[in-house]
Amino acid sequence: MSELKLMKGNEALAEAAIRAGVDAYFGYPITPQSEVIEYLMTEQPEKRTGMVVLQAESEIAAINMVYGAASTGKKVMTSSSSPGISLKLEGISYIAGAELPAVIVNVVRGGPGLGTIQPSQADYFQSVKGGGHGDYKLYVLAPASVQEMSDFVEDAFDIAFKYRAPVLILSDGLIGQMMEKVVLKDQQERLTDEEVIKKYDSWATTGKTNRERNIITSLDLQSEKMEARVHRLMKKYEQMELEDTRYEEFQTEDAEYLFVAYGSSSRIAQKAVKLARKKGIKAGLVRPITLFPYPKKVLFKLANQVKGILSVELNAGQMIEDVLLSVEHKVPVAHFGRTGGIIHTPEEVLEALEQKIIKNGSIRHHKTRESSIL
Amino acid sequence: MEVLDIIKPENQVFCKSKLMTDTTLSYCPGCGHGTAHNLTMEVIDEMGIVENTIGVAPVGCSVLAYDFMNIDMTQAAHGRAPAVATAIARCWPEKYVFTYQGDGDLAAIGTAETIHTCNRGENIVIIFVNNGIYGMTGGQMAPTTLEGMRSSTSPYGREAKTMGMPIKMTELVANLPGVYYATRQSVHTHKHARKAKKAIKKAFENTRLKKGLSFIEIVSNCNSGWKMNPNESNIWMEEHMFPYFPLGDIKVNGKLK
Ligand SMILES: Cc1ncc(C[n+]2csc(CCOP(=O)(O)OP(=O)(O)O)c2C)c(N)n1
Ligand code: SF4
Ligand SMILES: [Mg+2]
Repeated sequence: MSELKLMKGNEALAEAAIRAGVDAYFGYPITPQSEVIEYLMTEQPEKRTGMVVLQAESEIAAINMVYGAASTGKKVMTSSSSPGISLKLEGISYIAGAELPAVIVNVVRGGPGLGTIQPSQADYFQSVKGGGHGDYKLYVLAPASVQEMSDFVEDAFDIAFKYRAPVLILSDGLIGQMMEKVVLKDQQERLTDEEVIKKYDSWATTGKTNRERNIITSLDLQSEKMEARVHRLMKKYEQMELEDTRYEEFQTEDAEYLFVAYGSSSRIAQKAVKLARKKGIKAGLVRPITLFPYPKKVLFKLANQVKGILSVELNAGQMIEDVLLSVEHKVPVAHFGRTGGIIHTPEEVLEALEQKIIKNGSIRHHKTRESSIL
Repeated sequence: MEVLDIIKPENQVFCKSKLMTDTTLSYCPGCGHGTAHNLTMEVIDEMGIVENTIGVAPVGCSVLAYDFMNIDMTQAAHGRAPAVATAIARCWPEKYVFTYQGDGDLAAIGTAETIHTCNRGENIVIIFVNNGIYGMTGGQMAPTTLEGMRSSTSPYGREAKTMGMPIKMTELVANLPGVYYATRQSVHTHKHARKAKKAIKKAFENTRLKKGLSFIEIVSNCNSGWKMNPNESNIWMEEHMFPYFPLGDIKVNGKLK
């Protein structure tokens, strides 16, 4: 039965995992996402649905547990925060290489290093530009509300199984910790072991029956085979771009200036749009929901319409690179963002638009044109 | 009598298990890995559990175990096989799950996973091939390399003062309550191979009875890494490895010997 509740983002995600019929969760505590495993341990999903929950000895163990369960066709996930995700990267690369479905959640905190436990979006590069070794990508979903923390669990598994690929839910300490109303979905039945075997018999290692043995590996010692594997991965990523790119537009129809922001920043940017419009500045917002695949096309299209773009991120300037790639130098682009766990205000964001784009726009435009002659 | 008259099925004590594929082993001639594979497959075949068995291959010379073992297998990241096996066993409590790992894999990079998997008493079998060296990467020092033993990263011999003493992993994990069975075997002679097979069988029986973790160390040779011919390496193993890594049961039915 769907249900309306007041919940923390992390708890909503954990509850959604139980309701989505997830088979197993493996994790290791770290602020600001420990509520995920705490909630699961308290709820005893083993009794509710038969879901396995285990506190691993490290993030490394946890991601390799995910790899193990995923290799048998089970619906499995883990969650962590930035330093823990860094530890998981080898395992994530293996999951991508071995073509396994799995969901990883990063409730981002500030870095580098031990950094801060306060919210941040400084793991953008790590999430969308690889992170781990080798030619792979993660499908990255960026929730902007507690509702989406809940909804994206099922969405993430749909994509993970559609492509047999790892999916990352890239949240942050703000969305993870804040409380909002959330409509929880109905309980889904977990697949039985027999159903898992039947459904994934072509690849999952569930025990060799009257078929060829199944092998899960990311190793190809023959270069041609390895290249074929990489090509297979690239095909999936192309298909993701075509079929599963997600974004949201806010007041872009008549916009002269554009904010691009995801996750918690997009909420602040949305307020900045309203403030701007009160002042007579026609601002709009594009919120990428998937960070890979990135909504390049809509930005490219809007670049013909707007006079400038401000990439608003809780970091020192990371997503701006994808904005620049998308708009191909057609308009000036600048970055604004606070770091260290400080969350920018809508007023600061609007001021940044005025200072960095509206005031300087023509000069920057000129510069880009100049450089394009060279 | 000619040799060919002796090689007949009725005379064979050891032959290729039905569960070994026809792929040529990638191991150096004389290496113990092949025998350890074969014994494991014989046990799974004899117990009739292939449909319910999932193996986890390591990173090391036996990374390609899945090319040789005709069973469902997952290849794990270096050292992480116990974590991979943990999850499989938790999600499929009725299955037989085993890892097959080298000493670098299990006792260096994967020490944390090994200890915690043992401590949780996961219902799995760990087969640990200790050859005192990193075979795959070309003969570097392993955590189990003997004191004074030369390797490419201890070219003047392992010096205990700066490199520590070789780690006795089986004794270490035997002290954890989750470990139900811990034994050290070898496979370099018929006699030893027969004993090792018995131990492997006991381990899989323990899984069937849900007794928890069974840990089987197989002290083995790496003739290439040790820079010896196969026969020399086996003699060297008996003379040097066995005194430090004595063969025999360390814990049986949950009780230390
Ligand atoms: C993370 C990582 N570090 C290092 C390596 C390189 N490497 C591959 S195998 C190996 C050592 C294997 O030795 P062991 O486990 O003793 O197996 P053996 O080959 O002796 O059977 C190393 C260091 C790797 N593949 N991955
Ligand atoms: S390098 Fe050593 S462990 Fe590897 S196959 Fe050769 S003899 Fe065996
Ligand atoms: Mg070794």
